Amino acid sequence: MNYIQKSPWILHYDGSSCNGCDIEVLACLTPIYDVERFGIINTGNPKHADILLITGAVNEQNINVVKQLYDQMPNPKMVVAIGICACSGGIFSECYNVIGGVDKAIPVDVYVPGCAARPESIISGVVKALGLLEEKIAKKAS
Amino acid sequence: MNDILIKILKIIGIVVISPLVGGFLSGLDRKISARLQGRKGPSILQPFYDVRKLLQKEQIRVNSAYRFYVYLSLLFIIFTVVLIIMGGDLLLAIFVLTIGSLMFVLGGYASSSPYSNIGSERELLQMMAYEPCVLLVAIGLYYQSGSFFVKDIIAQDKPAIIYLPAIFLAFVYILTFKLRKSPFDLSMSHHGHQEIVKGITTEFSGEDLAIIEITHWYETIMALSFVYIFVAFSSPISHLYAVLACFAAFILEIIIDNACARVTWKTALSSAWGVTFFFGAANLIVLSLLSKF
Repeated sequence: MNYIQKSPWILHYDGSSCNGCDIEVLACLTPIYDVERFGIINTGNPKHADILLITGAVNEQNINVVKQLYDQMPNPKMVVAIGICACSGGIFSECYNVIGGVDKAIPVDVYVPGCAARPESIISGVVKALGLLEEKIAKKAS
Repeated sequence: MNDILIKILKIIGIVVISPLVGGFLSGLDRKISARLQGRKGPSILQPFYDVRKLLQKEQIRVNSAYRFYVYLSLLFIIFTVVLIIMGGDLLLAIFVLTIGSLMFVLGGYASSSPYSNIGSERELLQMMAYEPCVLLVAIGLYYQSGSFFVKDIIAQDKPAIIYLPAIFLAFVYILTFKLRKSPFDLSMSHHGHQEIVKGITTEFSGEDLAIIEITHWYETIMALSFVYIFVAFSSPISHLYAVLACFAAFILEIIIDNACARVTWKTALSSAWGVTFFFGAANLIVLSLLSKF
């Protein structure tokens, strides 16, 4: 049984996004979507978090920050890339300083495309990540 | 022999049941807070899910010492709860409680992160703010009943709140610190989950964080048991009223929590001391004048 499913705590990091996806991530906490009803809490601390949500592309400046955040999270953990920039670099992929999607820095489990990603699809991405986590743990156990 | 056995069973009962009630209250808090904010809110069992998850997570340790303090803190708080509910010495309970809170602060300092240092300093300021009032409650109860023992205080003919209404009000004011509610949730808040307001727990993960949460459940029960002491007296039905009073105080704190913004530490400290000394002194003076006639 995967206990994280009942209380997935989220860490939200803004890579180099235009803030469109960030606003949608925060919109998930508002009364309309209210992700806290699933036990989801937006923590500000990688050591408390289970799921890392990253918006925006990875660039030369923040690649180490992203790696460090990932390393500071206790296992088991999942990474969800929110928005097309986090998936592949999006419209910024050609920029001289942009390395690409989040998967260039850390292993990504779920990609949520969109510009900006809708709150519904963000929630669906997190739920999918929880399902994958179950599979991951089952694989490790067998 | 039988007496001792019953006592041991009672203690085990208190140690097991009070965190369950505390966790349930914490879940209720989240539900009511969500409803006050127009949200649906998590399940009432959510705090238990959180703790169960945290117990399963990997632990990241920054050094070997800082976790030790959190476990000590839990031990001291459990001791306080057992002492109060078994009808023991209130003064001893208050001092042990202080040690328990101090251990938590030391845990924050020992984890040596700037956030947890600020959190610990804020926690110390909070302790400075509420400690005089807690002591005054003990002094007031002793002055009125002639005993520091909880079992004597709640065995009087009249409830203590009749003689100590102002001290009770001051205690309700202080309860906000103890339950970590706005406007006095400077060091560790329930609702803010970012940087400084979660400061003291920054370096704690997994099992240690679960222990901190469980400690808080015990603390909730401990804080509410003071309300109980004020209301309960020799008549059996009064114990029901006392439980209802505890519940009412808790609901009131949740509403205050949602209605107030966090204040600065200066306001927290000066207002807590102001309320304590004004209400405390007024109550004790009136009580001493009344006892002369």
